[in-house]
Amino acid sequence: MDKSNITAPKRIYAKEDVCIGCRLCEIHCIAAHSKYRHDLIKTFKKLPKRPLPRIVVEEDVPLSFGLQCRHCDEPECVKACITGAMQKDPKTGLVINDTERCIGCWTCILACPYGVIRRDYTNKKVASKCDFCLESGLEPACVKNCPNEALYIKNTVKSHDL
Amino acid sequence: MNYVIIGNSVAAVGAVEGIRKIDKVNPIVIISDEPYHTYSRPLISYYLAGKVTQDNMYYRGKDFYKANNVEPILGVKAQHIDFDKKEVVLEDGRKISYTKLLIATGSKPLTPPIEGVEKQNVFNFIKLDDAKAIEKVATRDSKAVVIGASFSGLKAVEALVQRGVNVTVIDIMDRIMPRVFDETASSMALKMLEKYEAKVLLKTSVEKILGHQAAIGVLLKDGREVPCDFIVLAAGVRCNTDLVKGTKLKINRGIIVDTMMRTNIPDVYAAGDVAEGYNFIEERNTEIPIIPNAYKQGETAGQNMAGAQKIFDKGFIMNSMPLLDLSIVSAGVSAPGEGITVKTIYNQEKNTYKKFYIRGNNLVGYLLINDIDRAGIYTDLIRRKIDISSFEHQLGRDDFGFIYLPKALRSQLILEG
Repeated sequence: MDKSNITAPKRIYAKEDVCIGCRLCEIHCIAAHSKYRHDLIKTFKKLPKRPLPRIVVEEDVPLSFGLQCRHCDEPECVKACITGAMQKDPKTGLVINDTERCIGCWTCILACPYGVIRRDYTNKKVASKCDFCLESGLEPACVKNCPNEALYIKNTVKSHDL
Repeated sequence: MNYVIIGNSVAAVGAVEGIRKIDKVNPIVIISDEPYHTYSRPLISYYLAGKVTQDNMYYRGKDFYKANNVEPILGVKAQHIDFDKKEVVLEDGRKISYTKLLIATGSKPLTPPIEGVEKQNVFNFIKLDDAKAIEKVATRDSKAVVIGASFSGLKAVEALVQRGVNVTVIDIMDRIMPRVFDETASSMALKMLEKYEAKVLLKTSVEKILGHQAAIGVLLKDGREVPCDFIVLAAGVRCNTDLVKGTKLKINRGIIVDTMMRTNIPDVYAAGDVAEGYNFIEERNTEIPIIPNAYKQGETAGQNMAGAQKIFDKGFIMNSMPLLDLSIVSAGVSAPGEGITVKTIYNQEKNTYKKFYIRGNNLVGYLLINDIDRAGIYTDLIRRKIDISSFEHQLGRDDFGFIYLPKALRSQLILEG
């Protein structure tokens, strides 16, 4: 398996100057990962146990911005993971947690430089993080639904450090 | 050109992946005395608790060896290395020659000098086979004594109480997790253990293990007797250097390596628990027996075995240890020392505790209980030796994040990588 030089195809970045702290990114992220897929009303009315948002919004009024997994080239969480559940997908470059094998030991939380992995106790204890809305195959919900275009996707440049 | 790795755990897997970053072609041999596909050792406590099956303990997928052109020789012990002929001699007489060799033999349990320690039903708690042996005797309502209230001892306690075993854990220190915990942290954990009805006996040690052939109890230094059906030893680990003792390989506590994971013998590398490599916090070589370090040392060794020039000099101790309902993470310095300022924030109502160790303008260590959510940001402040003087007073905030950092630093940290 060729694991070298895999980079995430793109990354999501925030513009702190235009973020208004409305947290719609969180709302849409929750809906995107609920069984009602993107249906806000159903997600928030019908689901007693909603998924956690996979974006972290930091706020210190008036400043705010959203932050999510960077799908790092050299992912600290993957190297630290004690079970092998957290892996970088060689095809997509995305860092994905296999929740079947994750045991919620939080070593990834200890290792992630961005602080964007959450403890999810909703069902089984697992680490929860941005998956680039992989399953929907659509543009990430946070970016798509930011009313101020404070979140944007940047194609990453490959780092050839070898 | 062929690579040989002795060991089949995290450092070995890191090395395979490191080699394959550079060299897709040349074969790799993995030698291990354990008969299993690479698995995660810390999962043994989850296995014992019945939360993970053996089938789900693999550290890499079933196709890992094949996909990476690795020939695994499992269940066979490496007996001797002939550094001059560049070959590894196996216990069955086979000789495996190498161009580049990695020694990743891990650590082995320390056997405390207690009378009767060789009796039946006295177990270590390091490998899958240990957990399988304990599983046979750890029936509901049986009685267990765990010797050592450190990380692995407490993981054994956790697993056993979840099996319905009556557990007594014994430690000579005045608190549990003595290397990382202070009074406050220890008392939070003790409350949790009490809730789960695990007994903790501190400031005492085991004088003698009672019983004829099998252990039936322990006699403590203070004269008390604790009856039990079996005993788990968790007195710590040390580098497993058995294979290379008395050779020309330079060993202190572990095999001494430079920041490229090279030993004093050309083409021979070491990584993981068996190695004594550069400790970024202590600024000297030490053992760093934790998984993230084993992986990175292994990966670095692998890349360099394949001809790269990689340096890894950022190793330091970091641990995440969920204990029953507590979340506990710690990294770097974990005890007060010269030139170190300690800040603590204990919130009794929320049952959270934070402790920061600061040296000059740098964060050099921390301990967090329950409020651990963005711990990695602190880890990164340590790893990058960031000057925290302008936001040091914000460190303990519940919502601490990049927003409290100076703008230039924030941009540098979250707009890169």
